[in-house]
Amino acid sequence: MSTLTQKDVQRVAELARLELTADELELFTRQLGGILTYVEQINSLDTTGVPPTSHVLNRPVDREDALRPSLSREDLLANAPDAAREAGLFKVPRVIG
Amino acid sequence: MSASELARQIAGGDTTAVAVCEAHLDRIKAIEPKVSAFNTVTAERALDRARALDVHQRAGKPLGPLHGVPVAIKDNMCTAGVPTTASSKILRGFVPPYSATVVARLEAAGAVMLGKTNLDEFAMGSSTENSALGPTKNPWDLDRTPGGSSGGSAAAVAGRMVPLALGSDTGGSIRQPAALCGIVGLKPTYGRVSRYGLMAFASSLDQIGPFSCTVEDAALAFQVIGGHDAHDATSSTEAMPDLLASLTGEVKGLRIGVPKAFLGEGVDAPVLAAFHEAMKSLAARGATLVDIELPHAGYGIPVYYLIATAEASSNLARYDGVRYGHRTTIEKDDTLLTMYERSRDEGFGAEVKRRIMLGTYVLSAGYYDAYYLKAQQVRTLLRRDFEHVFASVDVVATPTTPTPAFKLGEKTSDPIQMYLNDIFTVSANLTGLPAISVPCGFSADRLPIGFQLTGRMFDEATLLRAADSYQRDTAFHTEAPAFA
Repeated sequence: MSTLTQKDVQRVAELARLELTADELELFTRQLGGILTYVEQINSLDTTGVPPTSHVLNRPVDREDALRPSLSREDLLANAPDAAREAGLFKVPRVIG
Repeated sequence: MSASELARQIAGGDTTAVAVCEAHLDRIKAIEPKVSAFNTVTAERALDRARALDVHQRAGKPLGPLHGVPVAIKDNMCTAGVPTTASSKILRGFVPPYSATVVARLEAAGAVMLGKTNLDEFAMGSSTENSALGPTKNPWDLDRTPGGSSGGSAAAVAGRMVPLALGSDTGGSIRQPAALCGIVGLKPTYGRVSRYGLMAFASSLDQIGPFSCTVEDAALAFQVIGGHDAHDATSSTEAMPDLLASLTGEVKGLRIGVPKAFLGEGVDAPVLAAFHEAMKSLAARGATLVDIELPHAGYGIPVYYLIATAEASSNLARYDGVRYGHRTTIEKDDTLLTMYERSRDEGFGAEVKRRIMLGTYVLSAGYYDAYYLKAQQVRTLLRRDFEHVFASVDVVATPTTPTPAFKLGEKTSDPIQMYLNDIFTVSANLTGLPAISVPCGFSADRLPIGFQLTGRMFDEATLLRAADSYQRDTAFHTEAPAFA
């Protein structure tokens, strides 16, 4: 049985870079607790010595580490909410005081 | 009319790409206000393209296999110059500078895109109700959901607005809506179809595949979109067989495994009855039914939600309001961190936040071993179940969903009830195996029912052959919803 608290959920929201409202915090604490309790049924299985799946194909595809054409700077800036297009930069709030 | 038949008629000069395009746009105009399958209808772009295809044909140049065939694309696949939103507020107004490989391949084969279809935000959901643009309705009953997350693509094909559409399938998002809308949906083997240009949800599970009315059309579309792509490092180099040639109608000697114990609980009686009828039909054509066991299949949903949310929490970190998408209004003294947090809270819907939160939690220090690692171990056990049964059978059959289409709003307040829809579909994503849903009947109130076949890695040919053979004896796939 999960014992998730609002404090836990607030901490997770910070890690996930989400600013939750008080209502969301209350709702998610309840719902995530329920979902965790549900998924914990897998703890009834003995998985001693079972390797975790890392990839279903077991066959990574490598490629040459070579230069290839990419999208233009102009194209990449086209969708930016705020950009210094002439300088070719994305703009964000001041980071260093 | 099927995509294959349309392509034949256009190639044979019985009609033109423009005439076919106009007829389907008219159909969209009539049906779409009731169904809401599309986020964007690209009528002008489609007509321009159809005109160019007709000119190309009149010049006597060689035609692609989908020359003039109208298609719809799920709105989480990038289309150069056409808005792509993933049905999320966070991507409102986003216009990709490039097209997904699947879109480029369809267009190179002569297909004409008529629009982008609705989905659960970022493909997270089983009903298309988690869309920031409003829900899509099931063409068979407008009070019910078409399923999800590719509900728009499924409804567009079921409503005969396009003969062919693409969806993406992370836990059943092609097969479940296909079943609920009475059409065919194929999830190819993991790595078979390039995901370059698909907005990533859970990268170890995501796969793109087609919706259509006939298995022949699914084979045709899969042939075009499948095969290695250097732009996708997870795309397989395994050669694509000639899938149309594999549709022989022959299933004599095919061994179909039926996991009886797994079908025991929570499946509606009419669904189970239609499933057993379908098995009888395949047996009558010469297939052999074999009792099998999948002891870990019942753990698929918890394993799926642990792995999918963990991967989603990482994949969706890119939506930060810097390079594209929604950015919150910046107030004086707002920091970069505030900008990230508020942009994301405003831009993401409730289910997406719930999954990002769950995924972040299960990956966080102190919980990783108990949840994520444990889930990946159970995933290995599930893969072993299938490896074991494929020593004695060629395909595994189950119903696609436990129930026919449910009512809009029926499950939105209970995430776990919504997740349980995927009980039969998540296994194919967790194992990477290919699977197909095929229409096999109707409930008493005329809601479609589908069955699912799962095959060996890279053996879509056997799935398509068996499913096509079944369609030669049945007419469920020829029935269309009755619109006033």
